Amino acid sequence: MSPLLEAVDLHRHYSVRTGGGLFAGKAVLRAVDGVSFRIRAGQTLGLVGESGCGKSTTGKLALGLIPPSSGEMRYDGERMPAAGSPAWRALRRRLQMVYQDPLGALDRRLPIGTQIAEPLVIHGIGAVSERRDRALSIMESVGLQRHQFGRYPHELSGGQRQRVVLARALITEPRLLVCDEPISALDVSIQAQVVNLLLDLQERLGIAYLFISHDLRIVRQVSHDVAVMYLGRIVERGDAENVFARPAHPYTRALVSAIPTVGDKRERILLGGDPPSPANVPPGCSFHTRCPFATAQCRSEIPTLQPQDDGREVACHRVRETALRLVA
Amino acid sequence: MVSAPLIAIEDLTVDFANGPHVSRAVDGIALQLAPAEALGIVGESGSGKSVTWLAALGLLPGKAAVRGSVRLDGRELVGAPPRELEAVRGKRIAMIFQDPSSCLNPVHRIGWQLGEALRLHRGLDRRAADAEALRLLDQVGIADARRRLGDYPHQLSGGLNQRVMIAMALAGQPDLLVADEPTTALDATIQAQILDLLRAVRRDTGMAMVLISHDLGVVAENVDRVAVMYAGRLVEEAPGQELFARPRHPYTQGLLAALPELTGRRRRLAAIPGTVPEPGSLPAGCRFAPRCPAADHRCAIEAPPIQSVAVHHRTNCHRQIEPGFSVWSLPKAAE
Repeated sequence: MSPLLEAVDLHRHYSVRTGGGLFAGKAVLRAVDGVSFRIRAGQTLGLVGESGCGKSTTGKLALGLIPPSSGEMRYDGERMPAAGSPAWRALRRRLQMVYQDPLGALDRRLPIGTQIAEPLVIHGIGAVSERRDRALSIMESVGLQRHQFGRYPHELSGGQRQRVVLARALITEPRLLVCDEPISALDVSIQAQVVNLLLDLQERLGIAYLFISHDLRIVRQVSHDVAVMYLGRIVERGDAENVFARPAHPYTRALVSAIPTVGDKRERILLGGDPPSPANVPPGCSFHTRCPFATAQCRSEIPTLQPQDDGREVACHRVRETALRLVA
Repeated sequence: MVSAPLIAIEDLTVDFANGPHVSRAVDGIALQLAPAEALGIVGESGSGKSVTWLAALGLLPGKAAVRGSVRLDGRELVGAPPRELEAVRGKRIAMIFQDPSSCLNPVHRIGWQLGEALRLHRGLDRRAADAEALRLLDQVGIADARRRLGDYPHQLSGGLNQRVMIAMALAGQPDLLVADEPTTALDATIQAQILDLLRAVRRDTGMAMVLISHDLGVVAENVDRVAVMYAGRLVEEAPGQELFARPRHPYTQGLLAALPELTGRRRRLAAIPGTVPEPGSLPAGCRFAPRCPAADHRCAIEAPPIQSVAVHHRTNCHRQIEPGFSVWSLPKAAE
């Protein structure tokens, strides 16, 4: 089965100024540096990593909102048309986005019903009364009440606003939703409501998600597959339960071990220092500056994603060495 | 908890005047903290978890009316003259916040800001302050401390700025550090570093800590005792292990059931229905009753008192939930 969305060796580089004044120089910021993935219809790919790892940029590339510097995005086997072109606009009905901050994504001067129906207006779908009916019905499916149609964003709670944003994204019947930290701004009890809603919608409507988050627990809850990014590259990819239960890449292991838990204690790998800047990516394996297992090879040779026995892929020179398991 | 408390809060109430409306942010909190103890405060936005401690330190604006009692080593802080409070803040009790860059002055070098805190709280002269600033940066794990003293906050990462904030908090050699969501803005691996640092500092200095967080995991791993707040009230308090293993209040049970796990079988999350009430329109009776699957008509009209359910375990719930039973397994909760 061909994937719904496929990223092939995506790069997105920006040229930036470094320093200031007389000594200002130019550098290349490698926001996304060779990322490939596939998302099948009705499935969820979770994209995790820390700030600056390129996960949000990857989300924008997935929608064609920004063009890649090289590589390509394919939707249903076809190359993604250029942003702004009529073909791209037609496609956008099927590819929608949900951001972290629902208040920022909504217009505070418009009633929410109008905003939910707006994509239908933009895409010229249906007559006025039909748009209203569709907005009301999608409101119900995300757990909003019909009488809230005329409410304004400030009259709703954070969780309800995120439902409005979801309803607006869903009204054009998209096949893929890119969710960039969709629940990070919500309280714990509300997060669970939205997570359950996303899972229900997927089951009912068969939507695929590219779910971007720094929260590993939430990502595991919603994802079939997961990809872990570090400095613009995917360092590990595979089945979500498997990757988080038995992380293989030293970075994934550190990331998983850094999650504070309520229950049992696990090994904790404490990384030193901050991640390097994506404008100054270390040579070789970009993680070698913080990796407790780095060797001379890691400092000079870029590791590529290699398939492992259990089906996952890991970009680490030393992943097959059983000795590493004993060290930690 | 048997020894004399370092800080004792009794019946603390905070009202915010908003024109003719008064909204109650904190409603009759009672809490104690022993010297060197670590207490976690858990709650969602609007629970009053931060306001409680800002009120205790006299840091709320004038439109906030604070009643009740906060005693530090027996000395009353509520209504104390500003001069007395100034001698407490920073010196006896220090506070760090979520966003360190907004607490540091952007136009002064790190060294100058640390020096100011040292001159103010410890009365050190310039030379002694310089040496002590260096020692503090070293203590909070900042490499190349001498060079960093000359840096401005914007030159440092979020994690380094939080280390600087911790160094400034330690400058007064406080007996208590109130850490309000200290790692919420930080990435996971940096959060782990900062929490590790706080543990090390407490081990070395015997400083007590109040850790305010919405993240149950962060609290579970870093404190001795946990207090759960909801809509301005304390709903449950117990030693950490006891609270997480045998939560008794439906809200605490709900928070834990709403938390996805990182390992084991995936289960559907229990979602607490509805939302936190607005401070201006709090329900009568138990504040959690409208969202609680176990609520009966008494819960809707009568505020439950806080009472002991086990050793060092208090909760305010009429329903007296049995240990080991979760109200979120009731059929009503699955709606």
